[in-house]
Amino acid sequence: MTDKPMIQCHGVHKYYGDYHALRGIDLTIRSGEFFSLLGPSGCGKTTLLRTIAGFEDISDGAILIDQKRMDEVPANKRPTNMVFQSYAIFPHLTVAENVAFGLRRDPRGKAEKAAAVDEALAMVGLAGYGARSAHALSGGQRQRVALARALILKPKVLLLDEPLSALDRKMREQMQVELIKLQRQVGITFVLVTHDQEEALVMSDRIAVMFEGEIAQLDGPEALYARPATRRVADFIGVMNFLPAQVISEAGGIVTAEVAGLGRVDLPATQISRANPEDEGPMVGFRPETMTLLGPGATHSQPRETNATIDEVVYYGDMTYYDLRLDGAARLDGKARTVRISMRNVFGRDVQEVGTRTRLAWSPGSLVLFR
Amino acid sequence: MNRQGWGLQAYAIFYLLFLYAPIILLPLFAFNSGTIIAFPLQGITTDWFAQMWADATLRRALTNSLMIAVSASILSTCFGIFAARASTRFGFPGKGGIMAFIMLPMVLPEIIVAMSLLVVLLGMGVQLSLLTVIAGHTLICMPYAIAVLSTAFSSLDRSLEEAAYDLGETKWGAFRLVTLPLVMPGIISALLISFTISLDEFIIAFFLAGNEPTLPTYIFSQLRFPRAIPVIMALGTVLVVLSIVLLALGEYFRRRGNARIGGKPTGGLL
Repeated sequence: MTDKPMIQCHGVHKYYGDYHALRGIDLTIRSGEFFSLLGPSGCGKTTLLRTIAGFEDISDGAILIDQKRMDEVPANKRPTNMVFQSYAIFPHLTVAENVAFGLRRDPRGKAEKAAAVDEALAMVGLAGYGARSAHALSGGQRQRVALARALILKPKVLLLDEPLSALDRKMREQMQVELIKLQRQVGITFVLVTHDQEEALVMSDRIAVMFEGEIAQLDGPEALYARPATRRVADFIGVMNFLPAQVISEAGGIVTAEVAGLGRVDLPATQISRANPEDEGPMVGFRPETMTLLGPGATHSQPRETNATIDEVVYYGDMTYYDLRLDGAARLDGKARTVRISMRNVFGRDVQEVGTRTRLAWSPGSLVLFR
Repeated sequence: MNRQGWGLQAYAIFYLLFLYAPIILLPLFAFNSGTIIAFPLQGITTDWFAQMWADATLRRALTNSLMIAVSASILSTCFGIFAARASTRFGFPGKGGIMAFIMLPMVLPEIIVAMSLLVVLLGMGVQLSLLTVIAGHTLICMPYAIAVLSTAFSSLDRSLEEAAYDLGETKWGAFRLVTLPLVMPGIISALLISFTISLDEFIIAFFLAGNEPTLPTYIFSQLRFPRAIPVIMALGTVLVVLSIVLLALGEYFRRRGNARIGGKPTGGLL
């Protein structure tokens, strides 16, 4: 990966009649990057991908690929290729004919093209499948053919529209790893559209989270997970607990807040994000794995400790989820309130029982204030 | 046999008899040497076929009908491709209304279409000829062609054409290399359906053909002469055989097309 920009979107707007699908997208995707557009359905991520591919015109703004404006460049002349959600494998052609489809206008000879097809098929692990009929392939194999068919043209950008959503879980996880490897091998910029936050976290160098035609946050996976810029992003990615908080004072970039159940904490600007408009007052959020449930008599090196009662235990084999009633925050606004903590079931650590009085060790560094 | 199913089985058998017995009579009397259409059969002859072949008016009617049917089926299928693609791929203002009006001749009494066409054509001073029949037949075949083609087009994944375009083809190239081969079974079905509708269409041909005979109008005119009836029987036999061959051919192509793209052998006629 380099810092050279490969795709630049400047103030991109897209209207479908009265519907404002893209609302001023500003985005730079670097050369050789594995970039993901993540969001719920209808957030505009596929529309953005299709405007980059050239299937949709933009209503306003500019898209540059490899520093060239794409306004007048149709999809068949852009240095991009797409892997479609349905794979769009041509069912009346063989695997080799599918892969060779984009080479029709290539001046190379027949033998050279055949060699290129074999090479592309080998790259996606389908060596020897060339003569097969395309409709006889499994979902995972179709996906590979679609990849080979796009990559054989050596595009500058490969666009992937929810490429794994039709596969079963095992296959999907396997393909995620293979896609990462493939991307490193070919060094082409990959732009992936997905609604699956886990998939985006696993595969991407950087992720743009989109809601309602706007980019809510653009960050690397770790930053996105640990420091969601808005409460909406926090809700969308992974599980986050929320507790109401009161801001006591603000000085020198440090916000002091009183958090229900956790007490008084000092939070620097890096741990402060935007609340949702409908939120009533500030909230403090933390991930289930950032706090530690202590066994009887256990010691710890965390700066803070809170007492709690176990309300529910959900055992997952490798993990146990505990729903806890924090002392001082067991009931809020007249409703029972629990927080979820996840513990890895390492050897020697017992699963605790419902109703147990227990202690929670944590650090203010793991909190995010949404205000 | 299950006693309870007895009534329904008898019903099914009578139904099929009623449907096909008259058609089975056609070849029986076509090869019967007697001139009267009645049992008992008298002897075997192929005279009626020879007479049919020697009849210049009949040959002319047959050529006319074939010309009309071939032209009308090609025209209605071509127009149908445009309409079906437009209606399945694009949204445009007034689409619902336009499609409804295009499909309307399917349910409109043919006599109304024929009469109004006749009045308009005469009013415009257009000479009645095979061309006017072709125009009329194209009009009534179109809805059927569009119905068949719309199914073919709408069952096609939209991204197939986009993928071809994305891989560097022109829009026309994408259509020719991907869409066309995949909707080909539908196109053949549309051609066959239009052909058979046009071939045995009577009312429009009767109104708009002027002095030219077509097969149905010729057969109708001959039914007045009892002596000509065995020849008509022979002609009917030929037509039945031809229809079966056409149907089998159409089905063969449909299944082959289906098998090639891995579709399930559902729908269709057989």
